[in-house]
Amino acid sequence: MYDAPSLENTVDQKSTKIAAKDVQVYYGDTHAIKDVSVDLLDKTVTAFIGPSGCGKSTFLRCLNRMNDTIDICRVEGDILLDNEDIYDPKVDPVQLRAKVGMVFQKPNPFPKSIYDNVAYGPRIHGLARSKAELDEIVEKSLRRGAIWDEVKDRLDAPGTGLSGGQQQRLCIARAVATEPEVLLMDEPCSALDPIATAQVEELIDELRSNFSVVIVTHSMQQAARVSQKTAFFHLGNLVEFGDTTQIFTNPIDPRTESYITGRIG
Amino acid sequence: MTDATTSLLTPDAHTKKRNAAETRFKMYGMAAIGVGLAMLLLLMGTILSNGTGAFQQTFITLKVELLEAKLDKKGTRNLEDLKKVTTFGYTPLIKNAFGQVVTETGIETKLKTKDQAKLLSKSAAADLRNYVLAKPDQIGKTVEFTFLASSRVDGYLKGRVSRASIENDKNINVAQLDFVDQLKEAGVLKKRFNINFILGADASDQRPEAAGIGVAMAGSFFMMLVVLALALPIGVAASIYLEEFAPKNWITDIIEVNISNLAAVPSIVFGILGLAVFINYMHLPQSAPLVGGLVLTLMTLPTIIISTRASLKSVPPSIRDAALGIGASKMQAVFHHVLPLAAPGILTGTIIGLAQALGETAPLLLIGMIGFIASNAPGGITEGLMSPNSAMPAQIYEWAKRADPAFYERAWGGIIILLVFLITMNTIAVILRRRFERRW
Repeated sequence: MYDAPSLENTVDQKSTKIAAKDVQVYYGDTHAIKDVSVDLLDKTVTAFIGPSGCGKSTFLRCLNRMNDTIDICRVEGDILLDNEDIYDPKVDPVQLRAKVGMVFQKPNPFPKSIYDNVAYGPRIHGLARSKAELDEIVEKSLRRGAIWDEVKDRLDAPGTGLSGGQQQRLCIARAVATEPEVLLMDEPCSALDPIATAQVEELIDELRSNFSVVIVTHSMQQAARVSQKTAFFHLGNLVEFGDTTQIFTNPIDPRTESYITGRIG
Repeated sequence: MTDATTSLLTPDAHTKKRNAAETRFKMYGMAAIGVGLAMLLLLMGTILSNGTGAFQQTFITLKVELLEAKLDKKGTRNLEDLKKVTTFGYTPLIKNAFGQVVTETGIETKLKTKDQAKLLSKSAAADLRNYVLAKPDQIGKTVEFTFLASSRVDGYLKGRVSRASIENDKNINVAQLDFVDQLKEAGVLKKRFNINFILGADASDQRPEAAGIGVAMAGSFFMMLVVLALALPIGVAASIYLEEFAPKNWITDIIEVNISNLAAVPSIVFGILGLAVFINYMHLPQSAPLVGGLVLTLMTLPTIIISTRASLKSVPPSIRDAALGIGASKMQAVFHHVLPLAAPGILTGTIIGLAQALGETAPLLLIGMIGFIASNAPGGITEGLMSPNSAMPAQIYEWAKRADPAFYERAWGGIIILLVFLITMNTIAVILRRRFERRW
């Protein structure tokens, strides 16, 4: 699968972080995801693209078992995180979600202070032993979220009072505060204006040095800008997966080509 | 468009018709609101005009000489001996006091002191006796004592009783009313604010002037205590489970439908349930606020559950996702994030549920909280919960059905007090909702 490495995106020497094999997802009687097998690499940005309703968000939510909260949703197949099956009955999804963080489509800060927003995760996971340590984690996370300079003087202000782009970066800071290994982003820029989008994209690129990032996006330009690997979903199938440059310049499957040239989707 | 002469400046027939229909609809709406407001004004006006009188009472102030020879022949001030003197022993003292007032003020009257003393409430002698038993050292002295006037005298001052209306009244005659006028002139008889109506206990049929709603208020208070202590935790716990944790299947569907049905069950049904279960089967005391509270809890639970579920539902799912997404457990997500956001709504629902329960009368009928006259305020929480009592709406009903028009006035007064409570509770609910309301 990886035999077409591009010059600028050399990823093939990195290890596999998440390995999905023959994943099927059913919503009641609807077969939403069909036979998806994909290897997501460590310290890499992987983009999921595809038309609406193609299952890319559903698949993303399988990776940290957020689909568990939907009663009628059923997942089959294997998803391995560091070679451990995350759907093993012994796995507590709560523990898994601390390792696989998530950022949502709409910025959803808690209606609490900026500080408490970021400190909440470390608090419930017991990551900080003292107030000073917690302060340190909050600052580090806000810096990683590229929002520290904007909010350092008003950490007590409510997170909901920030602008949309700031809120989303706060949510990213909140997600990285628990030191996850993988960061899932479900259309993180769809509610943001172009300037905020550019800031978040820049941030995603920086996050790559520490985390494995999976991003679902409707914008093909965005996928091309931020990701090294791209997966194209269509009608619940994983049509094509490969290096981003290859997908966008030399797609193998005709459906991929149709989509990126705007004929379907 | 086909008609080239159509101008935008002159509305066509169709538009005119539509506009006319809209205007008519607005008029209907305003008329409906007007009728509603007029009814409300009428209601409030009636309540206030009929009820404010109950807060005023006529008192007669007399200087009573507490003769030692009558009250304490041995001169020992021994309480046991003092108690042997019944109210009959005090009546002459009151008559003497009237005689003294007449001479002091120079009122000219042909009334005998016996008939003068009839202007006082029938409880006058008993009140005086209680005073002496509480302060035996006052015996031998002359004390100024303020007696309740009888309900007829009170009614005369309030315009309820007139010389024409007492033609067939055995309790009072024209000569006595003349005497009342003279006493009023002399400043002995006065109408003033009567705190006893708000804090006191109900009185027998013969003494409407002494009746108060205070003890019934305590009964209502203890019932609300039971309702709050039971309905809030049970209701909130049930709603959180149903809304956040319970699987969505036919069993929870049935539970949901039944909770909604329960909210529509007539309250008297809860009353007969309480009678059958709490009193006949569990042998809890009759007429006790504990039982009343349990019955009202059953009645309030659906209200609290429905409003709690609604406010839990109104918390956007993105907040739950956010919490779960950073590894909070379901319970942490609910208790750290969802519940605090739903709290104002839950509180509002609870207060409105309590207000409903506070005004409920029908179930109290069946568990015996109507018709019982508690003459003493409860001494403590246990007594307040277990000893028989009445409740505010029950007390109002009780007064309204008594024959004496003086009680009728008290029923209206009781309604004012009850309304003050309800309006206060609803206002608090509205303020809480306004204050903690969040916009997303």
